[in-house]
Amino acid sequence: MISKRIEKPDARLSIGFIYIAFIALFLGGLMGLLQTLVRSGEFTLPFGIGYYQILTAHGVLLGLVLTTYFIIGFQYTLMSKSVGMSEKQRKWAWISFTMMVIGTLMSGTMILLGKANVLYTFYAPLQAHPIFYIGLALFVVGTWISCFVNFSQLRQWKKKYPGEKSPLMAFMVVINMLIWLISTLGVAATVVLQYIPWSLGMVEEIDILVSRTLFWYFGHPLVYFWLLPAYMAWYTIIPKIIGGKIFSDSLARLAFILFLLFSIPVGFHHQLTEPGIDPFWKYIQVVLTFMVTIPSLITAFSMFATFEMTGRKKGYTGLFRWLKGLPWKDVRFLAPFIGMVAFIPGGAGGLINASNQLNGVIHNTIWVTGHFHLTVATTVVLTFFGISYWLIPVLTGRKLTKQINKLGIIQTFIWAVGMTIMSGSMHIEGLLGAPRRSAFSNYGGTQQAQEWVGYQIAQAIGGSILFIGILLMVYIFIKLAFRTPKGEEEFPVAEYADPTERTPKVFENWRLWIGIAAVLILIAYTIPFIDIIQNAPPGSPGFKWPIGNT
Amino acid sequence: MHLHKYEKIWLTFGIGSLLVFLIVLGIGAFYQGTQPPSCLVTIDPQNVQAHESFKEESLGLQKVGENEYVVNVLASAFQYNLGKDDKGSPVRTIRIPKGANVTFQATTTDVVHGFQIAGTNVNMMLEPGYISDFETTLDNPGEYTILCNEYCGIGQHTMSAVLEVYEP
Repeated sequence: MISKRIEKPDARLSIGFIYIAFIALFLGGLMGLLQTLVRSGEFTLPFGIGYYQILTAHGVLLGLVLTTYFIIGFQYTLMSKSVGMSEKQRKWAWISFTMMVIGTLMSGTMILLGKANVLYTFYAPLQAHPIFYIGLALFVVGTWISCFVNFSQLRQWKKKYPGEKSPLMAFMVVINMLIWLISTLGVAATVVLQYIPWSLGMVEEIDILVSRTLFWYFGHPLVYFWLLPAYMAWYTIIPKIIGGKIFSDSLARLAFILFLLFSIPVGFHHQLTEPGIDPFWKYIQVVLTFMVTIPSLITAFSMFATFEMTGRKKGYTGLFRWLKGLPWKDVRFLAPFIGMVAFIPGGAGGLINASNQLNGVIHNTIWVTGHFHLTVATTVVLTFFGISYWLIPVLTGRKLTKQINKLGIIQTFIWAVGMTIMSGSMHIEGLLGAPRRSAFSNYGGTQQAQEWVGYQIAQAIGGSILFIGILLMVYIFIKLAFRTPKGEEEFPVAEYADPTERTPKVFENWRLWIGIAAVLILIAYTIPFIDIIQNAPPGSPGFKWPIGNT
Repeated sequence: MHLHKYEKIWLTFGIGSLLVFLIVLGIGAFYQGTQPPSCLVTIDPQNVQAHESFKEESLGLQKVGENEYVVNVLASAFQYNLGKDDKGSPVRTIRIPKGANVTFQATTTDVVHGFQIAGTNVNMMLEPGYISDFETTLDNPGEYTILCNEYCGIGQHTMSAVLEVYEP
């Protein structure tokens, strides 16, 4: 794999994105702590702050700000490393950054003022302040610029090296940005064409089911946009850290192509219990949803193949003794590894959620919250932390010290314990029927609601442990960004186990894959979407009072 | 493209079980009729009373046949309207005999709500402009919490009622 030095101006760009991600981690984590405390029934918020206000802030800060900024920043370094960046591209990247920040600040201010207590899904006809929606639109358009910068980086490289296969890192980044671009077309359409005119009073009514369908057309690919950067690190970086090699270039590319094809035409599995959508089309999208298990199975195999080959190469034999050959005391490996382990129950829970009729048992219960705290908040976030330990020093020209490595191992351990307690009790409480997105309530004093309280106290304990983990991570971030000794930290880039392996040319036929992705989307959505529009009931006026936006 | 032998076994097993699983789901949905709630009937959200099921006198528990009931529910932020009792006060508890066939029929007058009966499979979204329904048989006597599980505003957690399933 070709690897270039990260030039200073490129480093500044990436670290800019990552600063914002860590600010969001701290603030969003604090909101999460407060939520678990409120829901334990033992604590009320001071100064008239609303539970649903901090819930909105938590979801937006961690689900959208932390993830998107970290991912775009990280992907820029992968692109700089593998294909390089021109001056013009860098200028556009900064424009993208600026638009995203302005959009984030606009929406964030409305949440702080209590004018947008709509949670990060902002379901109509709850109506927030128009600036909330305009900020969101600006943020999304800002990210689009980054998509096109990444595309042009790879195109420029291809021109320079005609006929050569593109570097794996750049290939993966481009796939992820394609998923993001195609899927955000849906959320942008609903925000720009429906929410903004409606919240400004230019139109009276909004079509609820159209807005929800467009939202979920975006909402599920969003989770793969979070997950794929973790996979990038697992495929292209972790093998180097453990002293091994990439198992197979073609399998890695195949997995990413399958994600491009199957992560988008699946939004209905979030709408299984909704009226107005024909159950036949729900089932079709359920089938498409399950296709993404295939690239995840490929990834699981590749990872453990790399681990086992590395362990055996170091002289460890036996059925499981090769595990001893892995660098357990290196946080750059340990944190992502714990993330991988969390993806086993996380993925299994996801299969349950998407299972057509079985979804009714857990839909909108706190089980779902437990689920995505395993997948996003553990698998993805621990991998992002694992990346941060070397990426931040690379970008700031410092070294990862032994002391920080040790603190990182403690941080990983705290995270694993806190999340096991919190997510575990969420899963059980959800199976008993307790809802998500709810402040503390005794539900008219039923026996069931009383049984839930114990689990909510466990969530507050887990949440408190996790907040200690966040404080420690923020401390580590500050150390790595401003305090540890100057030096040159290694940017780990793995090599192939078999450099002579030939990757099928067809994997780089972008027109073909984008074309198939488009066809699948059209198959999954055209007929049901026309049905939804043709059979639409009268639209809904906006409701501001239920969210206290008066 | 070269595939390792073990990888072939792994993927064959994985994709094979996926197919079996999807076929099971499909048989459950289309042959045995266990579909997720997907009522396609629309209604004017600003005039729900125009629909016969949601007139004031139709709300709450209605006996429609031998051991057969319909429960009409009108949701609004932040309560479920289940009709009025003999004294004219709002009904908070619905009582249904064990083993009866019950259809829950619900809609909303304002924002999106949830309708879930904790501890049962009754769980559906209520959206303005649509009627949602769920037909079931409740076999285990006891007290169940009816609650709103979709965010509908700052009073969401106060939106609840009780269902009692009794031995006839």
